[in-house]
Amino acid sequence: MMLRAFRADLHVHTCLSPCGELEMTPKAIVRTCREKGIDVVAICDHNSAENVVSVRRAAKNANLTVLPGMEVTTAEEVHVLAIFNREDQALALQKWVYEHLLPGENDEDLFGLQVVANELDEVDAIVNKLLIGATTLPMNPLVDRIHTLGGLAVASHIDRDSFSVISQLGFIPDDLAVDALEISPRASTATIRMQIPGVERFPLITSSDAHRLDEIGKACTTFFLPEATVGEIRKGLQGAEGRKIVETEGGL
Amino acid sequence: MELKTIVEKLGLEVKAGENALNRQVEGGYGSDLLSDVIAHSEKGDVWITLQVHQNIVAVAVLKELAGIIIIGGKTPLEETIAKARKEGVVIMTSSLSAFELSGRLYQMGLRGRG
Repeated sequence: MMLRAFRADLHVHTCLSPCGELEMTPKAIVRTCREKGIDVVAICDHNSAENVVSVRRAAKNANLTVLPGMEVTTAEEVHVLAIFNREDQALALQKWVYEHLLPGENDEDLFGLQVVANELDEVDAIVNKLLIGATTLPMNPLVDRIHTLGGLAVASHIDRDSFSVISQLGFIPDDLAVDALEISPRASTATIRMQIPGVERFPLITSSDAHRLDEIGKACTTFFLPEATVGEIRKGLQGAEGRKIVETEGGL
Repeated sequence: MELKTIVEKLGLEVKAGENALNRQVEGGYGSDLLSDVIAHSEKGDVWITLQVHQNIVAVAVLKELAGIIIIGGKTPLEETIAKARKEGVVIMTSSLSAFELSGRLYQMGLRGRG
């Protein structure tokens, strides 16, 4: 199979995330990704996957691979990305996450609207759950469940002072079984490799964590793969069978 | 003050380190961000937290803390207890909130440092 470069932003929010701008609608995200030369985008809203189907629909014929995902807040308040091939996998994880979400209702004035949009950028529903809150799921069982469902588990923005494995747990746990660690656009992989002990055990990716359209692609990871699937990205992270990470852009 | 005194007075449940309750407590620290505890706790502190992940054990060893009190009726994960036993770290639990527990420790004469 022919291998080629795929430029991926594996962490993008939509208008469903309370902190995501309303402009982060399915069509607008797809258009912005293409304008910025992105081949693969993973849709990762906080503790929910209710917009993944419409972003995938909006990307039909757009020459953009949309991977359905989620950014789960663990019991330790660590953010973990779950990235899948198929919508049913993301929705299966969503069901489990919803069952373990801390109780409470979203306050739109405080946290922002949580909009489920269709592929035409029309409002389908408003989610009232407190998506900004945490779940009662500890990190290890969550990572196991993501793997059982066939997904990739990535520790989000480990360079950040909040909601990262380092801020919450002090250092990288011995038994952490994620597939990669993510560096936000605020840091560089080279600095992180020097600053945080234990990162050498993991592949590092950079992604945007975009909450606004102009943030999309601010950091990207380019993979050398035959096709943009979770299985191939996993091989790319591991450097297996000629698949590899060729570039991590963004960062300081 | 010995850990034993705190356990008895506040009715704490000891989950690990039963044989080290004669350890001296010099002060107290409360935080749920382990990065913050690494940066700001002092040797001999009793640490109040709701985190139950096994990394709390390593932080207690690193900072030579007197012990860990997990609040809010939370139970440490199995691997956390196992690691604490191995490392000789005292883990206690309380059904009280962090605020209540800190207040009672303060009343007993314990202070934050630094």
